[in-house]
Amino acid sequence: MDKILVGLKRVVDYNVRIRVKTDGSGVETDGVKMSINPFDEIALEEALRIRERGEASEVVVFSIGPSDAQQQLRTGLAMGADRAILVEAADAVDPLSAAKVITKLIEAESPELVILGKQAIDNDNNQTGQMVAALWDRPQATFASKVELADGKATVTREVDAGLETIEVDLPAVVTTDLRLNEPRYVKLPDIMKAKKKPLDTTPIADFGVAPDDAFEVSEYAPPPQRSKGVMVEDTAALVAALKDKGLI
Amino acid sequence: MSTIVNRRDLAFFLYEVFGLEQMLGQGDYAEFDRETIEAVLDTAEQIATERFEPLAAALDADEPRFVDGAVEMMPEIKPALDAFSEAGLIAAGFDAEVGGMQLPFVAQHAMSGMFTCANNAATNYLFLTTANANMLNTCASEELKARFLPPMLEGRWYGTMCLSETQAGSSLADIRTTATPRGDGTYAVAGSKMWISGGEQPMSENIVHMVLARTPDAPPGVRGISLFLVPKYRVDDAGNVGEKNHIALAGLNHKMGQRGTTNCLLEFGDGGESIGWLVGRENEGLKNMFHMMNEARIGVGLGAVMCGLGGYLYSLKYAQERLQGRPASDKSPESPQVPIIRHADVRRMLLAQKAWVEGGQALIYYCGTLQDRERLAGDDDTRDQLNLLLELLTPVAKSWPSEYCLEANKLAIQVLGGYGYTRDYPVERYYRDNRLNHIHEGTWGIQGLDILGRKVRLAGGAALELLAAEMQPTLEVARGSDTLSAHADALAAAWQQVQQTVAAVAGCEDRERALANATSFLDGFGHVIVSWLWLRQALVAEAALAENNKDTAFYEGKLKACRYFFRYELPVAITRLALVETLDDTCLTIEPTQFTG
Ligand SMILES: Cc1cc2nc3c(=O)[nH]c(=O)nc-3n(C[C@H](O)[C@H](O)[C@H](O)COP(=O)(O)OP(=O)(O)OC[C@H]3O[C@@H](n4cnc5c(N)ncnc54)[C@H](O)[C@@H]3O)c2cc1C
Repeated sequence: MDKILVGLKRVVDYNVRIRVKTDGSGVETDGVKMSINPFDEIALEEALRIRERGEASEVVVFSIGPSDAQQQLRTGLAMGADRAILVEAADAVDPLSAAKVITKLIEAESPELVILGKQAIDNDNNQTGQMVAALWDRPQATFASKVELADGKATVTREVDAGLETIEVDLPAVVTTDLRLNEPRYVKLPDIMKAKKKPLDTTPIADFGVAPDDAFEVSEYAPPPQRSKGVMVEDTAALVAALKDKGLI
Repeated sequence: MSTIVNRRDLAFFLYEVFGLEQMLGQGDYAEFDRETIEAVLDTAEQIATERFEPLAAALDADEPRFVDGAVEMMPEIKPALDAFSEAGLIAAGFDAEVGGMQLPFVAQHAMSGMFTCANNAATNYLFLTTANANMLNTCASEELKARFLPPMLEGRWYGTMCLSETQAGSSLADIRTTATPRGDGTYAVAGSKMWISGGEQPMSENIVHMVLARTPDAPPGVRGISLFLVPKYRVDDAGNVGEKNHIALAGLNHKMGQRGTTNCLLEFGDGGESIGWLVGRENEGLKNMFHMMNEARIGVGLGAVMCGLGGYLYSLKYAQERLQGRPASDKSPESPQVPIIRHADVRRMLLAQKAWVEGGQALIYYCGTLQDRERLAGDDDTRDQLNLLLELLTPVAKSWPSEYCLEANKLAIQVLGGYGYTRDYPVERYYRDNRLNHIHEGTWGIQGLDILGRKVRLAGGAALELLAAEMQPTLEVARGSDTLSAHADALAAAWQQVQQTVAAVAGCEDRERALANATSFLDGFGHVIVSWLWLRQALVAEAALAENNKDTAFYEGKLKACRYFFRYELPVAITRLALVETLDDTCLTIEPTQFTG
């Protein structure tokens, strides 16, 4: 196969305790550690392994986000991607708009395989991959924990509620990753230097002719309510009564 | 927030205080910019957080064991060390021509600090390997380098330093290990070496020992010591590992801290020849060793700072969560208990830790910056001057953090109260790990003799003048600040006291009396330097606050810590230096019999 396209979203690092901005307009990112969305890191790792097995010749990473998302793309290049595309967007991009941009990228790049994270840990939407498959009109294999390629097909083991499910999809296709698919590699220092010389192209999102989806509107961000103090109950009967009281059973 | 690094503070030191960016993009650092440095630190933080930190408590509890002349230890450690080596971190600081990345020193310190903080004991195997490879690269023949350097930089073979013997610790002049020429350019090394960190372990394919020994007709004392490379397994011309080289593990020492690092009694020449190669020239072993020792000693100081940092960050987090007691203004049992950070005494303990630990970091990163300036210097004069300054600062960089960041660990335990005294929390481990730093690589006492007996007088006192010149710009700027000018005056007075003390010691004919309080001098001198570095930080913070209102809490915290240092710490140091100036002989004159009568 010629090419794999992988998405890398810039998100607040998973170790950071999230704080909502005081005006409720979003999450505090000033001075906060930002990283590649962990599911996307797994997507890139999978693409690199496929290329290293000789089953693909090029891995292209892209990000839709602020100009600082270059850092995450550089990390992707240091992990081993061949080139990078930044679609620069100052504001947050909703899943449908992202899917439209990705579909345009697919038109331009003609990859045989698109690997995305199953969700981004910022908003946990879990929608983009599915939408891309629909817009592109190609098969999708979501929540992958194993991917094998042969004869123009991908055999994908999926993590579903009941356990594991294995499906076969014709390529080109969209695969979204689950946590157990692989363990991403660490960046090696010499590769950080090499990554500086790899191509990274930037295009403003406006050039894609994608208008933000007006079906999607952010009204307010708020931290989860503080856990209120627990109460001790005497016995099971009291517990049942208390739960009923709260309308929980 | 991470408890192994404060990246905000690290960025403050590297870019805002010490101007790392201005050194990048030129000379050996041509390939670097801030983004690449940050990428290196990101990788390091990730590996330290994911692979090293989670194993620290387990490695401490599950000490390596001596079984049938070999070592058994936790199998999980080796993959963690491999992750470090495979990322290219052993070779990071080395020249590109030997496969390194020429990472600036100050960034190397920042990088390796995260690992020490995450898991000091595991990290030692790697840093010893780097130090050993460094010595090899600087002093050995091309032939030896070709054979030994690549597998070490790749992390397949680890290295050790074999100086000490049971009867020769502080006094290396008294070592007895011998090296006898075998007629083919190699030597047979025989004798026993005590305290060897990483001297035996089951993880690397080979172990490369750097051994101090005497050749048969060597002159007595330090002028008759040579340096030899002696591998655990013999290595043929093609670099293949072969048969055992007759180095026996006679036993493991059971230590207070850093328990995951094996500490070995080794017998060279046990039941056969231990074949070694001379590194550098005969009888120049100690000179070569000391060349590396300066770097190693700054490394010890860094390790001490990082133990301090680990305890500080942990106790800070704990103090924000632990509810206990009520403020003095509201003792009503009806009102909820408050987080202990509400209590002034707990804040005192946290602020003291901050002042020592961030002061210690400033000291180490400043030394790193001098190392970088030396590496980039265009002419020999500049290089010589920077080298002189580093010589002066090395005992301080080694000892000051070993003392005050250990004190910080003591307070971290105190902040946690009873919980701090248990092994369920990492603060007591940080204390135990840190306790070594005052002992190895030259004890506190030896460092004291080094600074007062030798370093302050280097090049006719030129080293001290160079340091004064480095401090001058800070004093000038601080004098123009309403809030900081009093600190500038205090620092100038402290420096005056340093000079008086040095002059008094120089004027004393009786060497023993002159040096009787050398350790006290080192202690006070360190405080004066660190107060300068606090003033420097405060100036940066004040300027940042004046410019915009970003990160105000961070910068205001710096100003508070600076004030703390000048009010609570510096006065004690001045008193101490004044006492040394009097050539007080209380310690010198108490007779052994007078201790108990
Ligand atoms: C955990 C650990 C790891 C080590 N790792 C290594 C290693 O990898 N390789 C290696 O070669 N060595 C290693 N060492 C040895 C270490 O460097 C020595 O322990 C140290 O140099 C002190 O020597 P000593 O223990 O013999 O103490 P001594 O030299 O006996 O010192 C005892 C006390 O006397 C004081 N003293 C001694 N001489 C003087 C003097 N002239 N003036 C004033 N005071 C003096 C000292 O300051 C000290 O307080 C290690 C030690 C430990 C504990």
